[in-house]
Amino acid sequence: MERVALRGGRVVDPSQDVDDLYDIFIMGGRIASIKPSEEKAPVGEGWLEYDCKGLVVAPGFVDLHTHLREPGEEYKETIRTGTLAAATGGFTTILCMANTTPPNDCEALTRLIKKKAAEEGTVKVHPVGAVTRGLLGRELTDMAELKEAGCVAVSDDGRAVMNTSVMRRALEYAKGLELTLISHCEDLHLKEDGVMNEGFEATRLGLKGIPAQAESIMIAREIELCELTCSRVHIAHVSTRRGVQLIRDAKRRGVNITAEVTPHHLLLTDTQVGYDTDFKMNPPLRSREDVEALREALKDGTIDCIATDHAPHSSIEKDVEFDMAKDGVVGLETAFGVLMRLVHQGVFTLKELVGFLSTQPAGVMGLKCGSLSVGSPADIVVIDTEREWTVEPEAFRSLGRNTPFKGWTLKGKVVKTLVDGRVVHEEE
Amino acid sequence: MRLKRKDILAIEELDRDELEMILSSAQSFKEVSERDIKKVPTLRGRTIINLFYEPSTRTRTAFEIAGKRMSADVINISASVSSVKKGETLKDTAKNLEAMRPDCIVVRHCSAGTAHMLAGLLSCSVINAGDGAHEHPTQALLDIFTIRERLGRVEGLKVLIVGDILHSRVARSNIWGLRNLGAEVTVCGPPTMIPPHIERLGCSVAYHVDDAIADADVIMMLRIQLERQRATLFPSLREYARCWGLSAERLKKAKKDVLIMHPGPVNRGVELSPEVVDGPWSVILEQVTNGVAVRMALFYLLLGDIKED
Ligand SMILES: [Zn+2]
Repeated sequence: MERVALRGGRVVDPSQDVDDLYDIFIMGGRIASIKPSEEKAPVGEGWLEYDCKGLVVAPGFVDLHTHLREPGEEYKETIRTGTLAAATGGFTTILCMANTTPPNDCEALTRLIKKKAAEEGTVKVHPVGAVTRGLLGRELTDMAELKEAGCVAVSDDGRAVMNTSVMRRALEYAKGLELTLISHCEDLHLKEDGVMNEGFEATRLGLKGIPAQAESIMIAREIELCELTCSRVHIAHVSTRRGVQLIRDAKRRGVNITAEVTPHHLLLTDTQVGYDTDFKMNPPLRSREDVEALREALKDGTIDCIATDHAPHSSIEKDVEFDMAKDGVVGLETAFGVLMRLVHQGVFTLKELVGFLSTQPAGVMGLKCGSLSVGSPADIVVIDTEREWTVEPEAFRSLGRNTPFKGWTLKGKVVKTLVDGRVVHEEE
Repeated sequence: MRLKRKDILAIEELDRDELEMILSSAQSFKEVSERDIKKVPTLRGRTIINLFYEPSTRTRTAFEIAGKRMSADVINISASVSSVKKGETLKDTAKNLEAMRPDCIVVRHCSAGTAHMLAGLLSCSVINAGDGAHEHPTQALLDIFTIRERLGRVEGLKVLIVGDILHSRVARSNIWGLRNLGAEVTVCGPPTMIPPHIERLGCSVAYHVDDAIADADVIMMLRIQLERQRATLFPSLREYARCWGLSAERLKKAKKDVLIMHPGPVNRGVELSPEVVDGPWSVILEQVTNGVAVRMALFYLLLGDIKED
């Protein structure tokens, strides 16, 4: 049985409200004990010891929103490369969305993804099943079977379920199975063929805008449906101040709603888009006002966690005219580094950030991870908060190079990632 | 004399001195087209490619004639927009054309930003002949040239632009250029066709033509496109013409010597009634003539030999 000790690190674990120097002892892939470093607790023979002095030790990150592209678009990403990218970025558990080709709308697909992930994956992969067959927004999928095969949630991410009655039934049906429904909120009629945030920048650039209300109208609809059906919903990638306000009010009323935000929506605005397709994603980058509201919403708990919406594309989709380019940016390998900017700027504390990335997303989905408590799986990240590095897309483990953070110099990097006590990623 | 830039992509990027340089240079090239032998050897040995992804008669022809009157070799390519993974990408097409060593590529495309994209990819000059709803710099230059020639100035003039501002690259380029040269600009059209925050470009917004035309020195009418009706931006051509079209009757409310402009092609009876198109206010055909001079000036200022005079 593998025995590992992480010695002398600053352990930051929001799940136990811990931020101090501790030694962590791992046996059989689980946290066996945690002791104050000053005790210098001895270990017997056969222990693998890592010196973590000057480093931060935290629960492995949990990403509720990735696109692994396999099966169907293996030239963009595979389960192997996507999970390698996850490990590099400190993510030990990821949820992969159903919009593969074919979509993950049946048990066989879910089992295929699980099998591939077990054989070729580096981190833990939980598939998200489709809400409707073929992601077409019409008939419900066999959700009980999807759950049995390993889906932890259902979502038609990438395409909103526009028929309100279908969404109502989906929420009700998922409730009975205790499956969380993740809603990609976007009124497709209002969006039309918009390609960036509606506002002065879109006007200046002559690009068709997507109003904030394309998102907030659907968030309002999901809230109303949750209240109607006493069910629960998780809102994917909230990007607008108006959306935040609706969620905040709903939570105050006791609606069972949770929400996530992406790193890029916390860091970037529509003024940075130009005609660069690496800044084209859905929902689009919004205004400075929206960014401020999203940060505020994380601080006050309106938004529960950060998710990357890692969406790899190749140059075939991105090296084209702006309005023809596909939506999406990669995020697994840059998320922590770019978010550390907000820690260095004093927007969040490190402990808060670790919570947004691990304990809180785990809590949203009811996953048994995101904690360093005794008995938890030893999914751990070791972080050097002072390490400077530059985002070089060519060096990504992901096959996707489509990042808006290219060339950014960041301070703070994951230097070691452990899954079930095994080191799956290590920086020199 | 030469512009200190490789490309002409947007009026937004040009400063006042550059605008003045182009306009005064166009003034001297206009004379070439009045000659018996309409050709100067200035650009002998230069190659210009017109790469048009949208149908165009006026703009493409004006570029072609401008190049030929300067003795450049001009090649026209009508391309069609290919969807992803189907046909050649814009980037590949551009790279292939560049491999034939042109000196300038003139590009028109239905997607905003394509001229910028090509300019970044290619070492030859790129002139934007219209990119989506973004800009149409040579149209604005010929419009401003025409205004200046007719009224002797741009500074202090009141210019009203009427129509589908939302989709209009002509409007955007004109707002930038006219504002830079000191004109006051008002845009007018149904609210569905006024893009959000357009006033941040330095113009004002009006919804009623009758109110707005009274003190205008220049009225620019934009072409309305039929497919916008299907997109529910206006109910019918009949109602559009009634509310935002210019008739001789409506023009009674305007200044007597107001200039009526249109980038063409005109939908007679929609934006403009026939008597207005053919009437004394109209400078539509002068715009076309000046379009050649302005493009000759641009070719000269981008591709001409660097001889300080
Ligand atoms: Zn989505």
